[in-house]
Amino acid sequence: MAPRRPAPPIDRRRFLTDAARAAAGCAVAGSLLALYARDARALPAEALRPPGALDEPDFLAACIRCGLCVRDCPYDTLSLADLGEGAATGTPFFTARQIPCEMCDDIPCVKACPTGALDPALTDIDDAKMGVAVLVDQENCLNALGLRCDVCYRVCPAIDKAITLDRMHNERSGHHAIFLPTVHAEHCTGCGKCEQACVLPEATIKVLPIRLARGKAAEHYRLGWEEMERKGGPVVEGIIDLPDRLPEEAPDFAPLMKLPGTGQ
Amino acid sequence: MTDKLTPGRDAVRRKGWLGAHRWLILRRLSQAVFLGIFLLGPWAGIWWVKGDLAGSMTFDVLPLTDPLILLQGMVAGHWPELTALTGALIVLAVYALVGGRVYCSWVCPVNPVTDAAHWLHARLGLPKGWQPKASTRLWLLGTVLAVSALTGTIAWELVNPVTMLQRGIVFGMTAGWALIGAVFLFDLLLARRGWCGRLCPVGAFYGLVGQKSVLRVSAANRAACDDCMDCFAVCPEMAVITPALRGTTAETPLILSPDCTNCGRCIDVCAQDVFRFTHRFDAHPAPGRADPTPSPARQRRAA
Repeated sequence: MAPRRPAPPIDRRRFLTDAARAAAGCAVAGSLLALYARDARALPAEALRPPGALDEPDFLAACIRCGLCVRDCPYDTLSLADLGEGAATGTPFFTARQIPCEMCDDIPCVKACPTGALDPALTDIDDAKMGVAVLVDQENCLNALGLRCDVCYRVCPAIDKAITLDRMHNERSGHHAIFLPTVHAEHCTGCGKCEQACVLPEATIKVLPIRLARGKAAEHYRLGWEEMERKGGPVVEGIIDLPDRLPEEAPDFAPLMKLPGTGQ
Repeated sequence: MTDKLTPGRDAVRRKGWLGAHRWLILRRLSQAVFLGIFLLGPWAGIWWVKGDLAGSMTFDVLPLTDPLILLQGMVAGHWPELTALTGALIVLAVYALVGGRVYCSWVCPVNPVTDAAHWLHARLGLPKGWQPKASTRLWLLGTVLAVSALTGTIAWELVNPVTMLQRGIVFGMTAGWALIGAVFLFDLLLARRGWCGRLCPVGAFYGLVGQKSVLRVSAANRAACDDCMDCFAVCPEMAVITPALRGTTAETPLILSPDCTNCGRCIDVCAQDVFRFTHRFDAHPAPGRADPTPSPARQRRAA
């Protein structure tokens, strides 16, 4: 019998096999985790992030789930997501219908954030964009039906800016007005007080994430009346403006703007 | 030789129950304290410490951040604010100095869970089950960082049972308990000592951090070892004991493996008082055993 050779210090075949096994296992585990991570980026519409939160993809890279924002919120608005609750596990969110954001002047949640997931550049709470309120159901909104509820308008911290009551003719009765709650996204912080206060069993005004709430004009669109106002005259020089035919019975009527050299 | 089901019986006889459970009790106390200081706020309204193990603020001045979580955030593309960075550096420095995996046995809330699973596992005399290599956790750590980079998220925090358990206790949780139960069952039925010993990337990370840490267990009195094997029965990382305990006089009695969690259980259960806590620069002579057992590994090395 030949003497056994001592085993080489590193068995190459075994090393390669072990490495391949480990890599395969990690590929499986990693793929599952990556899939779950991708799902977690789809934040449910009713889960709102605290003021100053980065955009969701950036937020998930920045938030370490420490809960310091939750602790420093004086109104217990925020909570941390449980496993499988919708928002990524452990991240802070609030549900406007339950407890809305009270929009503290000193924004303690942003100050508490150690990583910048809540952007410290947000120093004026009126600049917060947690979402945008949308009157989602005009068929049930009491104001839209011609009644005077006005609650969403009254509770809005940016009353007359974020929500206005726009007066319209009430076609149903023929001689009443409708005071339609109208949201102006530019001023709406998405605090959710309107949604929380809506008197109906299911709120007809809801705060939605901006991606759902807003449309977007094409980059090249220009609103003629805004351009004219900016320029103080017609946008295109030398345009022919035909004389307006004025009604006989309204001699006082005059067009809003008279074009120079058109003999109106 | 003692019964494998009750390691430490000799130690109890010789040192008394308290003496044979000293480090275990201290460890449970430490775990309770690290959990308790976070519960003082929500339960008693004493807000000394706010936050959780992922990130906290103590006395409104001392920030602490889990460095692995922050690292995932950085590879995912977010450079954190100074507060979180400072906190992570403090934590890194402490564990690099004291002992990386001290986190595992003295702080981590999952440790009592897996210890309980192991206790029951031994009681029921269950088979070892799936035993992946201990290096698997390093692979998983790499995977976690890769997934974080690829998805742009702090990936491990979506499922990390360590922070989830602690956060769940401090902030409340329902569904998360299922995951903790899964870890318990995994260790009990599928893989003995599987989670902490083989898979957990958090432990792998702290092991790397503590490569050169100071606090070490030493088999200083190894000459007195009577081969009862109790230390091997209780050690969650059995492989770390052998080189120190079975070493020759020329070899160090210090357990220098970064896998050692400094749990001190081997010190407790040894009736011969072979082990003790010391530092890595301890150069006290520790003669090896007069008649070292000729292990196959040593024979091979000698050949």
